[in-house]
Amino acid sequence: MVPLSWFLILGAFMFSSGLFAALGRRNAIAVLMGIELMLNAANINLVAFWRYGVTPMQNLDGQIFALFVIAVAAAEVAVGLALIISVYRNRRTVNLDDLDILKG
Amino acid sequence: MPELPFPLPPLPTVAQVVFILIAVLAVIGSLMVVLARNLFHSALGLVAAFFGAAGVYIVAEAEFIGVSQVLVYVGAISTLITFAIMLTRGMMFGATSPRNRQSGTAAIITVLAFVVLAAVLQAIPWPQVGEPITDGQVIIAGLGYAFVNQYVVPFLLLAMLLLVALAGAIMLARDRK
Amino acid sequence: MNWSDALIQLQYDLGAPQELSWLVEGVTYFIGAFVIANAALVLALLLIWITRKVISRIQDRIGPNRLGPYGLFQTVADAMKLLSKEDIKPKSADTLSYFIAPILSVVGVLMALAVIPFGAGLIGADLNVGVLYLVALGSIGIMAALMAGWGSNNKYALLAGFRVVAQLLSYEIPMVLAMFAPVLLVGTMRMQELSQAQSLYLGPINLGLGWFVFLLPGAFLIYFIAALAESEQTPFDLLEAESELIAGFHIEYSGMKFAMFFLAQFLNSFFLGAIAVALFLGGWQGPFAGQVPLLGPIYFFAKTFFIYIVIQWIKGTFPRVRIDQMMQFAWKVLVPLVLTLILAQMIIMKLPLPMWLNYVLVLAANIAVVLAVLNIMGDYFKREQVRTKRAFAPKSLIGTMQPVSSSSGD
Repeated sequence: MVPLSWFLILGAFMFSSGLFAALGRRNAIAVLMGIELMLNAANINLVAFWRYGVTPMQNLDGQIFALFVIAVAAAEVAVGLALIISVYRNRRTVNLDDLDILKG
Repeated sequence: MPELPFPLPPLPTVAQVVFILIAVLAVIGSLMVVLARNLFHSALGLVAAFFGAAGVYIVAEAEFIGVSQVLVYVGAISTLITFAIMLTRGMMFGATSPRNRQSGTAAIITVLAFVVLAAVLQAIPWPQVGEPITDGQVIIAGLGYAFVNQYVVPFLLLAMLLLVALAGAIMLARDRK
Repeated sequence: MNWSDALIQLQYDLGAPQELSWLVEGVTYFIGAFVIANAALVLALLLIWITRKVISRIQDRIGPNRLGPYGLFQTVADAMKLLSKEDIKPKSADTLSYFIAPILSVVGVLMALAVIPFGAGLIGADLNVGVLYLVALGSIGIMAALMAGWGSNNKYALLAGFRVVAQLLSYEIPMVLAMFAPVLLVGTMRMQELSQAQSLYLGPINLGLGWFVFLLPGAFLIYFIAALAESEQTPFDLLEAESELIAGFHIEYSGMKFAMFFLAQFLNSFFLGAIAVALFLGGWQGPFAGQVPLLGPIYFFAKTFFIYIVIQWIKGTFPRVRIDQMMQFAWKVLVPLVLTLILAQMIIMKLPLPMWLNYVLVLAANIAVVLAVLNIMGDYFKREQVRTKRAFAPKSLIGTMQPVSSSSGD
């Protein structure tokens, strides 16, 4: 049996990579990719805790939560990319360093 | 066998070896997302990370989620991201660094977060083995039942959310000439 | 008995120790995968030969008949020619994408073989989510096409890649929903149980003719049309026809890499036909398939080759559709029809009527869908006929003078 901590450590690694991509990259699409990595890491955690729960065959909450996260992530990526394309049409750049008009 | 001064750690079982291989794929994918200069290589790394996550779900005997992950993430979301990369012509030829001004601080925070998380997760005594799953079809049927009995309100809200996101994305990205 | 159980038992009989059970199982599954993958690749040679012969006969010529009896070795000669070509890579092509795209294309197609039931105990892996797995494999083909289009660093390849992805994504929805019609009937996603549910019992004898196509002809038609589009066969092969858009996203590929795309395309059409047979046409069921176990694979392959020949017949007969006609057909005709079909089936199956009446109502809904599709296609062809007649109608009377004794009008 694979120990539960292995699943969780893999999830933690993917989450940290996603966090660095979301915080430290210049392109807006790369930030979105980081967000997707973070959501996947959360999903891995959810499924791992479902599997190692008390009654995985009756209590399917982990899997259902993971399915909802997958669907919501799909919706969010669609809207996010539409926003990025709209910004590109207006400003001709998706470089986040150049999109700081609202900065104080 | 020669006598070693320290006891050998137990050899990993087949399931553990398979998990390690899939985890390596996911790790390489995540690192490619973060470190690649070429944005398209980042997208390919993201696809590899998605496949790794799907493999992890299948190892955890959640095969419906694994296959749905490939279908939704690799089939649709990766395609969307690749199209957006091609349409916005973002930084293919990595002459400039992909990182922004705050990437140093971000790196420190990220590494700290991972180290703390890994240390905490390693130390907690988790339950060793879950209940064995006898029949996979019962789980899929149970998912269906749960979606229409217990979780019907979130399910319908999700449907409406997807509809609103669809309409919103089309309106936002429409060509306004 | 399962093929894997028989093989494992054989290895234990040959003296494998009991502690190495993981190695015994690993060797078994490796042998199974090896045999199936190689058989598929060798089958591709036969498929290309069948294509060329059928299309040439439809076009009133003989086709390859020089190499080997009836030209059977022509494909081997073509493969050797492609092998002997220089393996080039354009200088500014993206190395990772350019090299991985053909491999991913073939892998995505070969992975479908694992869940197709060839016989009563002959299935690679009877997954609980078999049908959904087949759906997810289409996604790998989409990624491969995008990578090929982008990695070639060629604007035309990129445009063709976009169009291929648009086509594949649009037709994936009717294909998936039509594949779920038999799943809704039987209640399971396992491929072996779907094949076993298509039996017809007259007393104790299994006639094996309870195919789902007699109950769900609408779903079969929609799946067939969507499968034609998914595997890029005529009339939807706009994107890899040689006269259009400089042959699609594999412009910059030559030699063995091009052969991989070519191979993947042929195998894709064959395997989508095999899935149609497994889901709708009874799989390995047929008369006396239970008593004589060898008849199962024979029936399966006979039906699959029949579907493949029908696909090639359509390829030789129909003209190509334009890209906008193709997208309109997918989104305005197929998706609403398949959605109403699945909705009607779900509602009908839950009505508190006797079971045979449920089936009759489902059949009625399917026939309505078939008539709707044929009606729409017929209307469209009539409109196109009128349009072409008007386009070619003469604008002046010069040259249209009929002789006094005209034979037949028009």
